[in-house]
Amino acid sequence: MSTSERHTYDVVVIGAGGAGLRAALEAHEQGARVAVVCKSLLGKAHTVMAEGGIAAAMGNVWPEDNWQTHFRDTMRGGKMLNQWQMARIHAEEAPARVWELEEWGAVFDRTPDGRILQRDFGGHRFARLAHVGDRTGLELIRTLQNRLISKRIDVFMECTVLRLLTVPGAADRPGAGRASDEPEALSAPARERSSARVAGRIAGAFAYWRESGTFVRFDAPAVVLATGGIGKSYQVTSNSWEYTGDGHALALWAGAALMDMEFVQFHPTGMVWPPSVKGILVTEGVRGDGGVLLNSEGRRFMFDYIPPVFAAETADSEEEADRWYTDKKTARRPPELLPRDEVARAINAEIKAGRGSPHGGVHLDIASRRDPEYIRRRLPSMYHQFTELADVDITREPMEVGPTCHYVMGGIKVDPSTAAATVPGLFAAGECAAGMHGSNRLGGNSLSDLLVFGRRAGLHAARYAQSLPAHKRAVADDAQIDATAAAALAPFAAALTPGSAQAGTASAEGTASSAGGTTSARDSAGTSVSPSHPPENPYQLQNDIQDVMQRLVGIIRTESELVRALKEIETLRSRARHVAVVGHRQYNPGWHLALDLGSLLTVAECITTAALARRESRGGHTRDDYPSADPAFATLNHVLRLRDGRLVLTTEPLPAMPPELAALFEDAGAESRADRGAPAGGKGS
Amino acid sequence: MAAYDLSLRVWRGDSDSGDLQDYTVGVEEGMVVLDALHRLQQTQAPDLAVRWNCKAGKCGSCSAEVNGRPRLTCMTRLNLFAPTDTVTVTPLRTFPVIRDLVTDVSYNYEKAAQVPAFAPGAPAGDDGHHRMKQSDVDRVQEFRTCIECFLCQTVCHVIRDHEENKPVFAGPRLMIRYAELEMHPLDTHDRRDLLRGRAGIGYCNITKCCTEVCPEHISITDNAIIPLKERVVDTAYDPITRLGNRILRRRR
Ligand code: SF4
Ligand code: SF4
Ligand code: FES
Repeated sequence: MSTSERHTYDVVVIGAGGAGLRAALEAHEQGARVAVVCKSLLGKAHTVMAEGGIAAAMGNVWPEDNWQTHFRDTMRGGKMLNQWQMARIHAEEAPARVWELEEWGAVFDRTPDGRILQRDFGGHRFARLAHVGDRTGLELIRTLQNRLISKRIDVFMECTVLRLLTVPGAADRPGAGRASDEPEALSAPARERSSARVAGRIAGAFAYWRESGTFVRFDAPAVVLATGGIGKSYQVTSNSWEYTGDGHALALWAGAALMDMEFVQFHPTGMVWPPSVKGILVTEGVRGDGGVLLNSEGRRFMFDYIPPVFAAETADSEEEADRWYTDKKTARRPPELLPRDEVARAINAEIKAGRGSPHGGVHLDIASRRDPEYIRRRLPSMYHQFTELADVDITREPMEVGPTCHYVMGGIKVDPSTAAATVPGLFAAGECAAGMHGSNRLGGNSLSDLLVFGRRAGLHAARYAQSLPAHKRAVADDAQIDATAAAALAPFAAALTPGSAQAGTASAEGTASSAGGTTSARDSAGTSVSPSHPPENPYQLQNDIQDVMQRLVGIIRTESELVRALKEIETLRSRARHVAVVGHRQYNPGWHLALDLGSLLTVAECITTAALARRESRGGHTRDDYPSADPAFATLNHVLRLRDGRLVLTTEPLPAMPPELAALFEDAGAESRADRGAPAGGKGS
Repeated sequence: MAAYDLSLRVWRGDSDSGDLQDYTVGVEEGMVVLDALHRLQQTQAPDLAVRWNCKAGKCGSCSAEVNGRPRLTCMTRLNLFAPTDTVTVTPLRTFPVIRDLVTDVSYNYEKAAQVPAFAPGAPAGDDGHHRMKQSDVDRVQEFRTCIECFLCQTVCHVIRDHEENKPVFAGPRLMIRYAELEMHPLDTHDRRDLLRGRAGIGYCNITKCCTEVCPEHISITDNAIIPLKERVVDTAYDPITRLGNRILRRRR
């Protein structure tokens, strides 16, 4: 195998978005030898597309703001399903992370007295998003990127990880042998902690270079996953091509648990026209800065969709809503700024009721409400985006917008304070980690999330690696490498020799491979070519996966469709075994896509499985057949693991909040309590 | 403009050899050049190498030369051309080709690594945080809208056809990076010697080609390079100013 290239590090960070860069900087700060491995060029990660800002209770605009209020907003936005410890850490530490960015060269918009300016956003009680016009993500990435460069941290650009390397046994028990099948070796509580399965621990990662198509092996006791989301499993998405759920899948295949995978955020405002730009994000900042949603009758329909839980703090007349922008003391917030799940559902309902705009969206109007100068200054990229791509001048006419797949709340199950996944040596931060946002994320909480938990992941990954002296750092066996490499190359054979028998290799360890079967190299199974099956085109397969998810596992879900989706995913999985690529290994996008199919199929199955199990509607998961929130589900999370190659779903009780934090929700009215559901400690089914 | 068949001519090849190849691709209203390339990939040329990420003009990955002009392919609408026109897409000329439309842009990363990091002075606020007026950061923010598409780098004649100048000239993108740091109200470093030396600001003769292609409409020449040239000249030829600067800086 062409695996001669090999590197050794303390910490390997996978992903170079905000979370990955922040993790790498922190691990470096701790004295660890760090590498960043990323699918694209440095500075191109999806974080650059974040527009609105970084939520942090700095109190620069509203001195009344504090971490408790931010914590409360976050939990309520997540319909109380968040891991409260994460929401608390996040609210407490976010301000320090923003000020630190300024120290590192970020240039935020300013208040009149020279502080960092903060803007309003949906679900946030006070204006608390530190921002730079509508290109905050770019500012964040550049700042971290420049610092990374000045620290001379190694970056492997355009290098894609195919699998995580593991060795059997927990790190504190070296020489424990092949513990993966020996739960007896553990004490009962420990067994419970690890759900009766010790997957082993991390030993590194195995990747390929896009440019040359050759393989590269990283030996490292700690890996931080910071791979972002899963948007590319849907047809209409604001996400870039990289968002194929790699981190989710890599973690699952390595034995780690995923959580909350049913919760997918559809951002209410994506572009709907022209077709080729459908899904591209229109920042919530448009609404934060005064934009309103109108249906085809010109009605501000959001007033018709204020849920009881937010009624107490939402304006019920246009007059009050408009006053709020300048008078937050006596006026309540406009309904356009309700949490994203509420707004997305409302837009969806208006379109379905036939009150949509000409191209199947609704109108987002800021032109009639703010002067052109203000719009161009506050929303320069939106102005640019609409003039260039849609021939729409947003200072003169309304935009057409509709929901677009934007973010996954679910992800790798992590320890709230250390960001450690359930496999020793594995850490996760940012969008690919679960728990922080519960069932729905508030705008602005993503950039702060990836700074706060990126730092923590880097810190604890470095400490973990440093706690393992060299002789305890086991090295993965070559069988994992060989199997993955062979499977990765199989699609070439499939194209060259259609009709030949078994061109691919069966995985060296077939059991630990994919969710519910085998697909492409990503889950280390082989591509095989059977005489009866024609070669499959990776582009077509990706398209078909997106079609299934969009059609059957979209904003509104129902049991029969979810069951059908699982069947269709299974069919796609068997088709993916016959994926074939033409050309050679140098920078071959068809091949790269073929290798991404494994992750896409895995996350598709995870989302669908969890969505089927949650028979209620909450946040980013809406069931037509169970339209309201169910107290029985209010205190449990769905956890997914692979057992013997099959996806297994369990429920885990949500940790109970301590009384002093629970008290923050006391005045929020009965509806909020109902939403929280049964008292803490309720058992999961 | 309804659906029609676009004549698309794309450079295919690698570092050894390559040439233009002709394709016919069905396209529709509203599509951009990158859409046409993707459709080509999906239907006829699955191994066509194209670099892109956001498809929204925000990441600067998809740069190529369209009918000879450096552009973001994701922001170049097909209705810029008549349906009967042939649209020719070639890789950025200033950088070595890896494959098809993908070039090796590591020159830019190497130059970026030579820029000394931001070095802020002590915070001015009694809360331990900095204070900056919006009017003092407007210019710096303009420079920081750069998406690193490297279109300005590829169009700059100093390096476009002069490989020998690459070691001594950092290019317009890096000039605005220097400018951003030099004009940052909090920064305390002095990078002027470096600008004159390794970054080679003297090579720029203000043709403004870089400014013309910048998709972020950054006034690279007027707002960054010319003021930097002035600063550099001041320090180079005026020993008094230079001394004055040193003393002032030390007091900060
Ligand atoms: S103005 Fe200077 S930097 Fe810009 S293209 Fe001309 S020579 Fe190059
Ligand atoms: S300055 Fe403009 S043209 Fe140059 S890299 Fe930045 S955005 Fe691109
Ligand atoms: S793909 Fe990001 S700028 Fe074109």
